[in-house]
Amino acid sequence: MDINDVIISIKNLKKSFGTLSVLNGIDIEIEKGENIAVLGRSGSGKSVLIKIISGLLKPDSGTVKVLGREVDKISDAELQKLRLKIGFSFQSSALYDSMSVKQNLEFPLVRNLRNLSRKEVNAAIEEVLSDVGLSQTINQMPSELSGGQKKRIGIARTLILKPEIMLYDEPTSGLDPITSIEINKLIVQVREQYNTTAIIITHDLVCAKETADRVAMLLDGKFLMQGSFEEVFNTDNENVRTFYDYNFINAK
Amino acid sequence: MKVDPEKSEGLPGIKYFISEKTDLFFLTLYNVHKFIIRFFKVAFSPPFEFKEIINQCYQVGYRSLGLISLTGFITGFVFTKQSRPSLSTFGASSWLPSLISIAIIRALAPLVTALIAAGKVGSNMGAELGSMKVTEQIDAMEVSATNPFKFLVSTRILATTLMLPVLVTYTGFVGMMGSYLNVHQNEQTSITAFFKSAFSTITFLDIFSSLLKSVVYGFTIGVAGCYQGYNAQNGTQGVGRAANMAVVLAMFMIFIEEMLIVQVINEFR
Repeated sequence: MDINDVIISIKNLKKSFGTLSVLNGIDIEIEKGENIAVLGRSGSGKSVLIKIISGLLKPDSGTVKVLGREVDKISDAELQKLRLKIGFSFQSSALYDSMSVKQNLEFPLVRNLRNLSRKEVNAAIEEVLSDVGLSQTINQMPSELSGGQKKRIGIARTLILKPEIMLYDEPTSGLDPITSIEINKLIVQVREQYNTTAIIITHDLVCAKETADRVAMLLDGKFLMQGSFEEVFNTDNENVRTFYDYNFINAK
Repeated sequence: MKVDPEKSEGLPGIKYFISEKTDLFFLTLYNVHKFIIRFFKVAFSPPFEFKEIINQCYQVGYRSLGLISLTGFITGFVFTKQSRPSLSTFGASSWLPSLISIAIIRALAPLVTALIAAGKVGSNMGAELGSMKVTEQIDAMEVSATNPFKFLVSTRILATTLMLPVLVTYTGFVGMMGSYLNVHQNEQTSITAFFKSAFSTITFLDIFSSLLKSVVYGFTIGVAGCYQGYNAQNGTQGVGRAANMAVVLAMFMIFIEEMLIVQVINEFR
């Protein structure tokens, strides 16, 4: 594998909160264009992992390289530049609730690309809204949107900066099955249309199966298993089997 | 330094220098100090958020006008009414406008306005930023390569610092009008005579100290509200606590600053 193809490289990453050890030696490499799903129990540190990748949290030890830069070692200005290439879709969508959908979308755009004309900004907003299939919501407030619509607008807000990496935190949590399928399709569509590399944090095995090339199972602060969906779940490990059985109980 | 965690308050296994509460107090002081330094670094470096500063000035200024008008007017009216008997005893009712103008301009207008703004604006900032923090909206701004501190904190602190002097001036005027109403009811004094008498004892130092106080109070209210909100934790409970602590911290600091500024200004009188 060409070293230039590795977009995210994490070695022996450790992170604790007080006396609670959350990540206890994470090693992973993610190639350009790859979608990887990270599975694990609640509180296992899945979200902490992507918050460290985006520079929201600092690791205790280990190296985290994103696009060749060590996120915890670079200056604030360099981190800001790097973040232009990283899209983060929050579990709660995190839409700015005092702003309309349009203002939410233009917020990162006008602050990062200051030389854009009003016409270009509007065109970019219309384009991403059309990509997520929600052009009609442009003047609505976040409180007027459904859970699925909020997730889509949250994704659109990150897409407007044309990121190279997408970090999805529980993209289907709290959504009904039909909306979850729509979000899964959107994640696949984003990858094809925007050529993104993605980490998808999820409990939802359908989401992992539909959207990811590779699955990594996080347990006790380490990756217990990594591989294709079939490789990971063709196992006798009790924790992994429980995940599978719970998600696909009706398919048995 | 206390090294025995068993004898220390708070979480087991954590060592405190003095005790949990004392350590927390000094840690908060240090963090507020860092927060203020960060404000000065961020607020005066481009690009500037002019639109948001104007929006926040509107929120702080215009939206507080109703409450401040009412309290300012009543303060002036009631203070005059309560002071009259004492002055009348010495046949000195004609000194009422001078007394009231000194009281309002030197002390009441800045203090009353600051306390109202701390309650109304400070709690609003604490709650608003606190809810943005716990719903990850601030994190979302950060990861989208924008500076949430500049957009949310700097603009609000600048707005309170700029608008408090305006509000204090307004409160002073409304308070004097309240006072005039009472004086006119009793002594049928004309408005010209009232203000001529009122301003005969007011010096430049009085107006300067009043404006200086209002700038300091405005800054304090902005810092207290933003600091508490920006560092809110633990969900909705944390939001309530941030709003509450914003008011408590602002009022506490305002009274201490009042005492200090008066001591300093009186040295020049």
